[in-house]
Amino acid sequence: MSLINIENLHYRYNSKGNWVLKEVDLEVNSGEFVVIVGHNGSGKSTLAKMLNGLLIPTEGDIEINGRSTKDRDNIWNIRQQVGMVFQNPDNQLIANIVEEDVAFGPENLGLESMKIRDRVDWALKEVGMEEFKRHAPHNLSGGQKQRIAIAGVLAMKPKCLVLDEPTAMLDPLGRKSVISTIEKLNKSLGMTVVHITHFMNEAIKADRIIVMDGGRVALEGTPKDIFAKVNQIKKYNLDLPQVAQLALELQKSGLDLPDDIFEVDRLVNLLCSLK
Amino acid sequence: MFIEVRNLSHNYDKELVGNYTLKDIDFKVEKGEFIGLIGHTGSGKSTLVQTLNGLIKPTEGEIIIGGSDITKEKDLKEVRQKVGLVFQYPEHQLFEENVFLDVAFGPKNLGLEGEELEERVKEALVAVNLNYKEFKDKSPFKLSGGQQRRVAIAGVLAMKPEVLILDEPTAGLDPKAREELLQEITSLQKRSGLTIILISHRMEEVGQLADRIIVLEKGKIVLEGTPNFVFSHVDLLEGIGLGVPQITKVMHELKNKLNIDDMRTDLFTILEAKKEILRVMRG
Ligand SMILES: Nc1ncnc2c1ncn2[C@@H]1O[C@H](COP(=O)(O)OP(=O)(O)OP(=O)(O)O)[C@@H](O)[C@H]1O
Ligand SMILES: [Mg+2]
Repeated sequence: MSLINIENLHYRYNSKGNWVLKEVDLEVNSGEFVVIVGHNGSGKSTLAKMLNGLLIPTEGDIEINGRSTKDRDNIWNIRQQVGMVFQNPDNQLIANIVEEDVAFGPENLGLESMKIRDRVDWALKEVGMEEFKRHAPHNLSGGQKQRIAIAGVLAMKPKCLVLDEPTAMLDPLGRKSVISTIEKLNKSLGMTVVHITHFMNEAIKADRIIVMDGGRVALEGTPKDIFAKVNQIKKYNLDLPQVAQLALELQKSGLDLPDDIFEVDRLVNLLCSLK
Repeated sequence: MFIEVRNLSHNYDKELVGNYTLKDIDFKVEKGEFIGLIGHTGSGKSTLVQTLNGLIKPTEGEIIIGGSDITKEKDLKEVRQKVGLVFQYPEHQLFEENVFLDVAFGPKNLGLEGEELEERVKEALVAVNLNYKEFKDKSPFKLSGGQQRRVAIAGVLAMKPEVLILDEPTAGLDPKAREELLQEITSLQKRSGLTIILISHRMEEVGQLADRIIVLEKGKIVLEGTPNFVFSHVDLLEGIGLGVPQITKVMHELKNKLNIDDMRTDLFTILEAKKEILRVMRG
């Protein structure tokens, strides 16, 4: 069943402004891992903010689990089901101690304190940060801060995680740790994930990639489908992951390699089997 | 030598003896050189570059730029003009009502006005590939992320610095905007002989652009040399959480698996890697 259902969505920030989202039709299934890519200003963040009712469609509808974001009475429920994580790790944590930060959500839900503690412990464990529960967030690295932000969202027990460039400000290790955390939440908890990124090698992890262009959905498909359209994706300001570019060059030079090589290990193994 | 950093150490909190953010940093940069500075968050990169333009006065050491020690300098205005620093997400610091005024802000403070000022702004905008007529009257807040980033960089270029330091200039840019900005930076360096220090978390980016890479870890320089040399230290770089470009990783793993002695692994561009792989596969 589809968790997110978007129909003929149009959006503009003010009544005289340009349309920022146009004719967007999209479904996201429960448990799916969707990556959204597209040029700067293509409408990705705007779309993300519509998914939990931070922004409301100017025209068209968004339903989360059958509830429209246009209905004010649904917002509370929708915010609980769709958790958001943003780019800047320093703007998202407010408490002085990690576990207090993660507890904000469940406290707002009015849960009893034993339950809150369970949720906080569970969420920190899921993101691999349980040892840091009594630390001060400002002493943590960027990747650790982002994982705490994810734990804060998890503690609300949402159905869906929306991440808007969560790795843009991180160093390579931080990026890796956040990505593998997201993957794990998707695989082991069946968490629905909508991940926005400019890193093409993050997009290859998706069940489905959505390419935005000028406020519209320009392309949609598996990583294999999307990255096979080399010329089209260039037009949308995107590029191939580096490994894929190398594989393509080797293929052009006559090596018998398939089209869908996006990862280091796969290329290395295939080359070895050719030797 | 153009920049010479000697024995530089910095300690933000003097009460905490021994708690160094930078420790015994020594390096030299030649005029017109392109330096890549890498290290994970908190390794001291930002502190280091801020000492280079006088925003932070180091606890110990000397920083000689163009012959004078800037740590002894009273008038830091001149130092900041000479060493332009573009912060991470510099577009957050745009504030004027139009692009012209934003770029003109620095040179105005240097006392420029009238035609001279206009010329400066024009040059700076052209350097980052923004059409002067088209953009000068636009509000910076109505530009795309990539365009805003360029306006912010133009603001620093308009000061005519001799050294340009860029902290993650391509973070958050889409692949095309990133590629374009990098090309502009390279051509700027080639054209005007600007000395550039680039901080980046993208190893492939640093590999492609830098003449030399400096690796910081826990406030110390742990590795320094050409990109080929630096990226041949896969284990060290992975050990400190940086890793190597994907292409280098392919070469390294392939060599291990195929067990070939004379295969090169210190490559990071697609073309070089392709050549070497074809040689090995056909050999
Ligand atoms: N608060 C706002 N008011 C008016 N216009 C806005 C606002 N926020 C964004 N826009 C405009 O809406 C369009 C889409 O912006 P959005 O931030 O959704 O793009 P994006 O795909 O997330 O870009 P990026 O990759 O740079 O993050 C852009 O033209 C932008 O200038
Ligand atoms: Mg965005």
